[in-house]
Formats: sequence, structure tokens, C-alpha cells
Amino acid sequence: MNINNEDRINFMGKIEQLSGQKVLSCYQCGKCSAGCPVASAMDILPNQIIRLVQLGDEDVLNCKAIWFCASCFVCASRCPKDIDISKIAESLRSIKLRKVFDYLSIPKIPSEVLAEIPQQGLISSFRKFTSY
Amino acid sequence: MKRIGVFVCHCGINIAGIVDVKKVVKEIGKYPGVVYSSDYQYMCSEPGQKLMRDAIKEKNLEGLVIASCSPNLHEATFRRNAKLTGLNPYLCEMANIREQCSWVHSDKEKATFKAIEIIKSLIEKVKFNEALLAVQVPVTKKALVIGGGIAGIQVALDIANAGHETILVEKESSIGGHMAQLSETFPTLDCSQCILTPRMVEVGQHPKIKLFTYSEIEEVTGYVGNFKVKIRKKSSFVDWKKCTGCGLCTEKCPTKVLSEFDRKMGSRKAIYTPFPQAVPNKPVIDKENCLYFTKDKCKICEKFCPVGAIDFEQKDSLIEEEIGAIIIATGYDLYPKEKVGEYGYGRFKDVIDGLTFERLLSASGPTKGEVRRPSDGKVPKEVVFIQCVGSRDEKALPYCSKICCMYTAKHAMLYKHRLPEGQAYVFYIDIRAGGKGYEEFYQRGMEEEGTLYLRGKVSKLFEENGKIIIWGVDTLSGEKIEIAADMVVLATGIIASPAVGDLAKKLKVILDSNGFLSEAHPKLRPVETLTSGIFLAGCAQAPKDIPESVAQASGAASKVLALFSGEKLSHEPIVAYVDEEICSGCGKCVSACPYNAREIDQKKKIATVNEVLCQGCGACISACSNGASQQRNFSKGQIISMAEAIL
Amino acid sequence: MSTKAKNLDNSARKTATFLGIELKELSQWTCCGTVFPLITDNLMPLIAPARILANAEKQGNKLVTICAFCYNVLKRTNVTLKKDRQKKEKISQFLKDEGKEFSGKIQVIHLLELLRDGVGFENIKNKVKKELSSLKIAPYYGCQLLRPAQELQLDDPENPQIMESFLKSISCEVIDTPYKTECCGSYLSVSSEDAALDCSYRILASAIKNGAEAISVSCPLCYFNLDQNQKKIKEKISGFIEIPIFYFTELLSIALGINLGKEIFDLHFVDPRPLFMSKNLI
Repeated sequence: MNINNEDRINFMGKIEQLSGQKVLSCYQCGKCSAGCPVASAMDILPNQIIRLVQLGDEDVLNCKAIWFCASCFVCASRCPKDIDISKIAESLRSIKLRKVFDYLSIPKIPSEVLAEIPQQGLISSFRKFTSY
Repeated sequence: MKRIGVFVCHCGINIAGIVDVKKVVKEIGKYPGVVYSSDYQYMCSEPGQKLMRDAIKEKNLEGLVIASCSPNLHEATFRRNAKLTGLNPYLCEMANIREQCSWVHSDKEKATFKAIEIIKSLIEKVKFNEALLAVQVPVTKKALVIGGGIAGIQVALDIANAGHETILVEKESSIGGHMAQLSETFPTLDCSQCILTPRMVEVGQHPKIKLFTYSEIEEVTGYVGNFKVKIRKKSSFVDWKKCTGCGLCTEKCPTKVLSEFDRKMGSRKAIYTPFPQAVPNKPVIDKENCLYFTKDKCKICEKFCPVGAIDFEQKDSLIEEEIGAIIIATGYDLYPKEKVGEYGYGRFKDVIDGLTFERLLSASGPTKGEVRRPSDGKVPKEVVFIQCVGSRDEKALPYCSKICCMYTAKHAMLYKHRLPEGQAYVFYIDIRAGGKGYEEFYQRGMEEEGTLYLRGKVSKLFEENGKIIIWGVDTLSGEKIEIAADMVVLATGIIASPAVGDLAKKLKVILDSNGFLSEAHPKLRPVETLTSGIFLAGCAQAPKDIPESVAQASGAASKVLALFSGEKLSHEPIVAYVDEEICSGCGKCVSACPYNAREIDQKKKIATVNEVLCQGCGACISACSNGASQQRNFSKGQIISMAEAIL
Repeated sequence: MSTKAKNLDNSARKTATFLGIELKELSQWTCCGTVFPLITDNLMPLIAPARILANAEKQGNKLVTICAFCYNVLKRTNVTLKKDRQKKEKISQFLKDEGKEFSGKIQVIHLLELLRDGVGFENIKNKVKKELSSLKIAPYYGCQLLRPAQELQLDDPENPQIMESFLKSISCEVIDTPYKTECCGSYLSVSSEDAALDCSYRILASAIKNGAEAISVSCPLCYFNLDQNQKKIKEKISGFIEIPIFYFTELLSIALGINLGKEIFDLHFVDPRPLFMSKNLI
């Protein structure tokens, strides 16, 4: 990829501001990825998400990985640099969602799930994955 | 009135860029008392100093003010320079127009005005400065080394070989430190004890070294060249003067205890020497586990000892020594794996730390050098090594422990040597291999011994069906890695030996934010502390490997030898003094002094000053309610004239 | 809670009453929002939980949550607003329009904490009427109760023991599993079912492997994921043996001899009755 430094600094700054996390602190140790319960379902690993933000690759917004975050906070609790990776994932999602984009398509939810799942499951997934 | 010379330095553009130096020279030239006023690019340079010397001679100057940088940098330089011409160095002062003026202001006009004001105040001070003579104290040419690891041993040998008496105090019953626990050392794979024990024996037999093992520092008073130290020799309940080191007592003792030297992997007796090559090779009785002390039984050691060396009534003894210099070489400890939650809080038997693995590898260790699982004694076919446990971690130790990359590479290699069909995995973030031969060593591990290096940290590990399941990642390939290992070795971080906190208080030395001893300057004074006469060596100051510890030890020894090279020591004379007519003996100055330099003379009932302990901080001067306490060259009158010059 | 998590609701209320705790339902309660906002520039999601806290302040000094999600949101909101003055002022402006005020006086605790500190596990032990010592239960904590630990401070996030102590006090045999703090998949059951199934399966498999006969949970979503998902897991993995899931309060009711009614067992996908009958507990 070609690095356009001004764009890179802007993008990184936007993510840092939204998430409140110092993206440059990450030294890519991978502990977040090693402990993430859903990392094997993701197209890129959590540490790679942060790496792409550090490199200024805005294509990271199109990855599938950020829509698999379950907000379990294991990454944040184990990170040796005290970075809350779940906040970075949420900030990337919010940039997409604010452009009126829905990851979750409500008609596609299986009917048994809709019928049986406690309200928390529905509300939390709507808040994380749809623009409201 | 004194003939004052003012020298204004440009310091390149550091001062001249903001302060109009030529204007300053002109204005100051008009000030009463100033008979010479000039400027130069760099006053601290050779030509600058020659300029000063020439001016002093030509103009018969009786006082100097050098307007340049902070006295912290060049006060000593300029005073030395003045002394060369015969002018008393304490008639030379510096006016800081850099750190306190040009470096903190941008308005040129105002900064120039301020510079002039600053110089005026220093001129007022110099007018009333006394020509002082440095305080001279004798030096006791005896050194005290605290800590008997490789660093302490090296310092003691260097000083003793130079002909000075050295006392070595070690809290364990034998010297050798952690190096004695190691199997082989990187990158040469030398047998650790084989290279260490000759030095240990040398220390034990050296005519100039007094060895106090199983001892600790009780109290330290005094000052550089003149310390008084109380050493507590703990009771071993064995008379070491009678003991021949035959070992019969240890053989016959019925009580087995988990051995600290073997990191609880093996056992020792209640009466024991920590390892066979111990120096001195004399046993101690572990009171907490000895049957006599706990249950009033046994006493088999006493029965069998052929020379009657067992003495259950032995008490601690206090030994007093006079010392000229102290070197702290107390070494390191490992960050406890019991603190790491995601790796099991130390509950899993087959998850051990680096020093424990060394004992398993060591031919004199609990498994005679065979690598076996602590839980069931089976041979581990797959061993996982995890680096950076606790280190480089905001939640634990923020710093890098320096030696773990190398010793892990060594561990993996030695494991492979013992078990050619075994596989070693190393989880790392970076590899730090900066020393001589280190990079080649670690590459050899990867290429020839087949150690698989996986770049990523392990998030969690747990025990399942007799294996340790590891959840890691390899960031280079972007793959999560799960391994079912037989054994895990954690490269836990290096921390300062826990005894250092107490010792620092007793010696009044500073610890840094990570608990290591603070050096006087991180770049240029790595073996000294800010306390005069106290030096540092080895891991007590920061994590380092054996060659660096030895080098630093010799460095500390050379500082001590410099200290011992003259007959007397000089001390700055800008100290407090007492006007005996005014002093009422109230004692406020005694409580104000942080250096224990003030006392009340019981006969005269007035305060006194120990000029060598006094550091000239001024606390007692402000504490004194009637002005009896004064400071040389900082009299009240001087300070007032300095203030008036500015106001 | 009164719709999709009836067994938690009923058992929690009944056991609390039995133990002498007066649980006053918060009047004018609203949904807390389920998730704590993780971005810095939108404070709107904090208003609902702040309102709940402001309400609670007027009605008592301790707010007990039974649902783990509520606990996470409310406790974190409480901590954040107490620490961050700017956020507190902004939220206070909104609350003022409704005539409410947040001062940070309220303490947010979870029912498990109330049982441990308010009642005491020893006291519960003394009140146990039915011995459950033949039951091998694996405690499962999930995420929202424990993390982020600096803000919640309920228990050690790597090796929590509060549910273990609770289970021991009602005489169950506790089975430790390495997956007790791993995520069940949470709301991914709605958007990425397969991922959630994987998460749930691993937890169930680990519990079964370690000899557990049932799993004790404290969150309605964990309950749903671990219980309901067994239907799909059975279809995908042959030889999978079902394992009943309980709310910790259900176990408490059984131990205290409180009758919850037969319908309570109908609310479980994996019927616990065979297990109970084999242990002569019903």
C-alpha cells in the first residue's frame, strides 16, 4: 500500500478520538487475538485491525472482523499496554454505522432466536450492529 | 571593595540568540565594583578559560561572576580554572542566564534586562563571599561490599587485589548468588558453577577479604571515607571456627525440607549447606524446621559431630567495622509467577519459571540434569517457553528485563541437547540479542536445534488431562495457535532483590520508580549513587547479564580505588556554622537537618555542625529562630543585597 | 426479566424474601440500554442508566441487579460519572429537565455480592433444607459480571471464586473448568449464529469433560446461549450429551426448599428433571 502520511495521521487521530485509546501504544504482541473467543471466525485478527489503523489503511472499515466482537472485554483486561481493543472495534463500527449502514439485517434473524432470546440479546445486537 | 570581573557567555545561540550579550557586557561594565566585563562564545572551552585566567592576572581580579549556564554543569570547571591562577575558587560564582533566562523566555528585550538583573545579584553575592578552604577528612581505606553474587565477588576481588582490606557481607550462608544456580551460561554454554567457583574460592581464601556470610547490615552511620557499620551475623547454631565441613551432620539429619536453592524442586535437610561448592562450606540450622527447635527432640547432629561444633545456644552477633566506601551488589529476584492470573497464579505444577528450569537442567540439580515434569516425573516431549511474563507490561513491570530472550534461547537449546526428539516452542514479542555472540547464538537455536519461534503472546493457559493447553497466536502468519504442551517455562521479569528497600533506607540511597537502586547519572555515572561514598554494581541497579555485571563491578571497584588513592578527602566548604554568642541551644536545627549533621554539644549547650556531613542545603538556617545558624557564603546580608539588586 | 427470564426472576425474588432481604423493585424502572457505550463522543446512551441511578438514589442506597448486563452497564455508568466531571455535568443537565439528579451516592451491586456480603454464605449454609451434595455443578461466570475488573471489582477476573463459594454454601460439589470466564457468544446469537454456537459448545464440552452434571449461570443471555443452543449443537455434533443449565438462584431455591412450581422446569430447553430424579432430589 502507498502511505499518504497526512491521511494516515487523520484516520488514526479520528479513531483515537472516538475510542479514547492510544493506537500507537500497541506493539502488536497479539495477546488480544490469542484470547479472543471469536477470532477464528474473523477475517483478520484483532491485533491486525489495530495494525491497519496504525498504517492508515481505511479499508479496515470494510473488514468483517469488527462485526464479530462480542464485547467480552478479555482483550482489554489482558493487554499489556492497557489498550481497550473493544473500544477501537466499536469506533470503527460507529464510523460505518453513522453512514446509515446496517450490518445486521433484522428480517434475516432466525425466527426461533427472535422468539426465545432474552431482550438483552436483541437490544445489544441492534445497538452494536445497526444504525439507530 | 573587591575588584569583580564579569564574563558573559554566548553559549553559541543558546544565550546569544535571545539575550543581547553585547548590551549586557556594556551595562554590567558600569556597575559599581565591576572592573572587567567581556563576552565570549563558549566560556567553558579551553580558549574561554584561558581568557578568564589572563583577565584575572592582568586586572588583579578578586572576584568572578560567569554569566552562562547552570552551576550544575560548569561551576566545578570554572572554580578549578580560577584556582589555577591562585584565586580562591569560592570567590567565583555563576549567574545562570541560560536555564533561568534565555531558555525560558522569547521576548529579547525583557530577557536581556532580566539577564542583567541576575548578574547584578550575583555580583552583590561575590562582593561578600569569603575565601573558603575545602574541608579535609581522613579516609578509612577499607571497603564494604553488600551482596556476594558474581558482581559482589568481582568488586571484592578487584579492591582486595589492589591491596585494600575488603569486607563482603552476604545474607545467605554461601556466596555465589543466582549464578550458582545456573546450569550453563549463554552464549558460550560454559558450566556456570565451573567458572564461578574458582572466584568464590579466591574470595574465601584471599588474605585481604573478610567474608561475613549468613549476615546482614544492621546499621550504617557516618559519611564518605568515615562510615561506621554494624553487621549482624545471624546465628547458624554451628560454630564455624570448629566446623571442618565434613558433612556428617547433614547426612544424619532426619528432617527433609524443600530446598530454596533448588527452587522447591528438591530437598535439603534442616541442617544444611545450600550446595556442595558452598563458600564457606559450613552448615546452618534452619530453626523453623529443626526438630530440636520446634519439638525439643533429636539433636542427632550434635551427637555425631566429631568436633563438637553444634551450638544450639548460639546467638546472633553484632560486629562493628569502620569503612571508607560501600558497594551495593544485592542482585535480583524474579517477578513471582503467582501474580500472573492468566497463567494460573502458580497453581499448575508443570508451569515453572526460568531459575527453576535451570535447576532441572543442572547436573547437580534435583533431577541430575534430566528434564522432567515436576508433576509426574515424566519426560516432556513438547515444552513451551513464554517470554515477557510480567515485563513490558503496564500492569506489572513496564521495562524490559533484558536477559530473558537470551536465557530462553539457551533453555530451548539445552532442552534439545538433553532430549533430541523433544520440541521447544518460544512465544516472543521481540528478540533482544545485543551482546557479543548473542545474535549468532539465538539463530543457532532456530536453525540447528529446531526451536520454533512463534511471534505472539500467550493469552491464557490451563491444565487439562495432564497437559498444559496454551492459547497463543503467531502474528507473523495471522494464525491463532493452540498447543497441548507437557511443560511450560515462564521467562518472568527481573526485579530488584526485595531486601533492597530496607537497605536503601538504612544507607539513605534512592530507589528509582521500578525499585532498582538509582545511579547518579544514567549515562555518565552508572556505578555511583548520589550519596557520596556509596557505589553500585550488578542487577541491583538494573537488569543485566553476567559480562555486564562483571564489567560494572570492576567499574565500581575503580571508583573506590580512586577514593582510596589520596590521604585525605576534600569536601565542599559551603556549610552551615553556628554563631556561638547567639545560639540558645533550642535544637530546632537538629530536627531540621536531613543529613544528621547537627547536634547539641552537651557541655556548651549550643548547636554544632559536622562539616563533612553537612551538604549545605540550608534547612537549618531557615529553621533557626534567632539567626545563630548561618551558612558560609550565603549569609543573610548577602541574600538581602542579592534581592535588592534585583528589586 | 419477567418475560424471558422468569426462572431467574421468580427464584431470585423468592429466595431473597426467604433470606430476609427486602428487595424493593425500582419504581419507574426503564431499560438500562444493555451495553455500556464504548465510544467517547456520544453520551446519549448514558442517559438511561444515569436516570435509573438517579431514581435509585432517592429510593435507597444500594441498587441490586439480578441481570449481569444491567450490572455491567449500571456499575460502569456509576463509576464513569463519578470520575469524569465533564460527563457528569452534561448528563446532569439532561436529568435536570426531568427533575432528577445524579450524585453518585448509590452503590451498584449484583445479587451474588448481596448474598455474600449482606446475608453471608455461612448463614445461607445454615438455612439449607435440601442437601445438594450429590450434584456436580460447574460455575459459569461469563463476561459482564467480571470485566473490566478495574471498574466492576466484583471478583478476580482470571480465577473468580464467588460463585464457587456460593455453590459450596448450598452444599453442591463444585467442578472447576478453564472456560468459566470465557464468553458464551453473547449477542452474536442474533447476528452470527455459528460463531456463538462455537463459543457455547466449547464451554459446554469443557464442563462435561471435567465431570460436571449441570452448569450454574448468572446471566439471562448466557442462560439462553448455553441452554437453547444445545438444540442446534445436538444437530451438528453427533454424540453430544445434553447438560442442564441453572440460574444460581434456582439452585438456591431448591436448596432452601422453596417451591417454585413445576412450570419452572418447563422453561428449560434441557430438562433438568431426569438429573434431579436420578439424584432423588424430586
